[in-house]
Amino acid sequence: MKEYVDTGKKDTRSGFGAGLAELGNTNPKVVALTADLKGSLKMDAFAAAHPDRFFQAGIAEANMVGMAAGLAVGGYIPFIGTFANFATARVLDQIRQAVCYSKTNVKIAASHAGITLGEDGATHQTLEDIGLMRMLPEMVVINPCDYNQTKAATIAAAEWKGPVYLRFGRPSVPNFTPADQKFEIGKAIKLNDGSDVTIIATGHLVWESIQAARELESRGVSVDLIDIATIKPLDKEAVIASARKTGKVVVAEEHLIAGGLGEVIAGVLATACPTPMRFVAIDDKFGQSGKPAELMAAYGLDAAHIVEAALSF
Amino acid sequence: MEYTLEQIASQVRRDIVRMVTAAASGHPGGSLSATDVLTYLFFKEMNVTPETWRRSGEGTDQFFLSAGHISPVLYSLLARRGYFPVEELATFRRFGSRLQGHPSIERGLPGVNQAAGSLGQGLSVAIGAALAKRLSGDSNTVYVLIGDGESEEGQIWEAAMAAAHNKVDNLVAMTDWNHQQIDGTTEEVAGLGNLRTKWEAFGWSVIEADGHNFTAIEKAFAEARNRKGLGNPVMILWHTEMGHGVDFMAGTCKWHGKNPSAEQCAEAMKQLEETMGDFAL
Repeated sequence: MKEYVDTGKKDTRSGFGAGLAELGNTNPKVVALTADLKGSLKMDAFAAAHPDRFFQAGIAEANMVGMAAGLAVGGYIPFIGTFANFATARVLDQIRQAVCYSKTNVKIAASHAGITLGEDGATHQTLEDIGLMRMLPEMVVINPCDYNQTKAATIAAAEWKGPVYLRFGRPSVPNFTPADQKFEIGKAIKLNDGSDVTIIATGHLVWESIQAARELESRGVSVDLIDIATIKPLDKEAVIASARKTGKVVVAEEHLIAGGLGEVIAGVLATACPTPMRFVAIDDKFGQSGKPAELMAAYGLDAAHIVEAALSF
Repeated sequence: MEYTLEQIASQVRRDIVRMVTAAASGHPGGSLSATDVLTYLFFKEMNVTPETWRRSGEGTDQFFLSAGHISPVLYSLLARRGYFPVEELATFRRFGSRLQGHPSIERGLPGVNQAAGSLGQGLSVAIGAALAKRLSGDSNTVYVLIGDGESEEGQIWEAAMAAAHNKVDNLVAMTDWNHQQIDGTTEEVAGLGNLRTKWEAFGWSVIEADGHNFTAIEKAFAEARNRKGLGNPVMILWHTEMGHGVDFMAGTCKWHGKNPSAEQCAEAMKQLEETMGDFAL
């Protein structure tokens, strides 16, 4: 098993903030908007350095999406930042018409995604956003796993021509991917070569999957481990090749089973290479208040549950 | 040959009625109420031409239609202004056409810069486009047309607040205040109330004018130009009549989204002079 070292816990949203700040200095076309969540989205550095290119939209997300679309029509690259629930479900029709159908170059930066939002509870813990966003034609869906990857993905999103949904989270989590990485949209990241079972993970579940793979290896199970940071467009070849090799696939994500990465993978494998699968995800229910770690355990989203799933074939 | 505004508007109204008749669907009522205002905007007010038009609006005035269902009036004006062949109007709402039921950018129809149809969104987009002009040092103006019924959408008032807050004073928004929507009058359906005091309360500079009188329309647009750059967004409330120009369609919600029969179309044609030549069907 390849070694992955946590260089210190950091929140993925700060990775977004760092990426945005860098873009502010390197790309004069990048602008940013927030719906009263500048601090939570870590957009302060960009806003302070480029006040002319930063717009406070207030608690009015629908209008923010529209303003971003208009800025994109005018040739700018807007990043809109708010919590994942308000960045997707609340404004689905605005994203559908003004962004995706109109092919405007808008980047949706969504923080506090998933159950690790924690204490605020189910109203804010969106577990449907990947499904909502991946259903929209034209939309790219990225769910990076740590600070470094989120920063790199933010920079890649600005270079991509077209709508991008960038999903990240609130809590501090291990930072273990390379600081100098170049993020390639649509490319799976192979974390370990193995032969007995495939584990495919996205977002916060990638680190959990690395822990699970270590545990499985100690029990003599060889794991093919893939980080799917880009859920759409999916790197189908990487997924199919791994499924052909191991014949067993576990998909782990901080999302509902409905609409999530597991269903995406199942859809690909059903036609290309039917493979027994297990889903480490939440099955058709809302979250609740609690600490991130205890919620992840209670809802079956930690390393222990991934190990269990991998051994259940 | 130079046509008068009245001649152009008459031909545009013929186009609208003939398009929705041929398509056996579409929205003639609001298209007819917005015809005169938009005719003036496209032929006299905006400095953009088919040659200088770009989706980005860079270097020219820019128009957004928020009430996408009145696509017939937009398509007719774009064709009559030379953005695409007039004969293409015959493809309205047909399979494979660039003239989708509601405006789309997917098939690259010149003159259309944003999809519209789901209501309440275009004002926000226009604000963003106006901010883009401000950022890039482009002194041209962004225009947007919304419906009065459309103003029941909450996003319109989010946008109203945002435009004033950001001092978007290179934007001229317009409301087609014809007092009709699908289910009845705007008062019966939603109690729309006094739009002037509402927009003023949101910090806008409001102009009211008769939207069927070219002298009044010219004056209102000139006044809007005078108010540009003064720190407030400008709203022109156009007093209009749904279905204006065809007696049996005028002043009622019945023709919001209904196509006439062949006989009714013929009756309408008797009331509207053919000035620029009908497109072939």
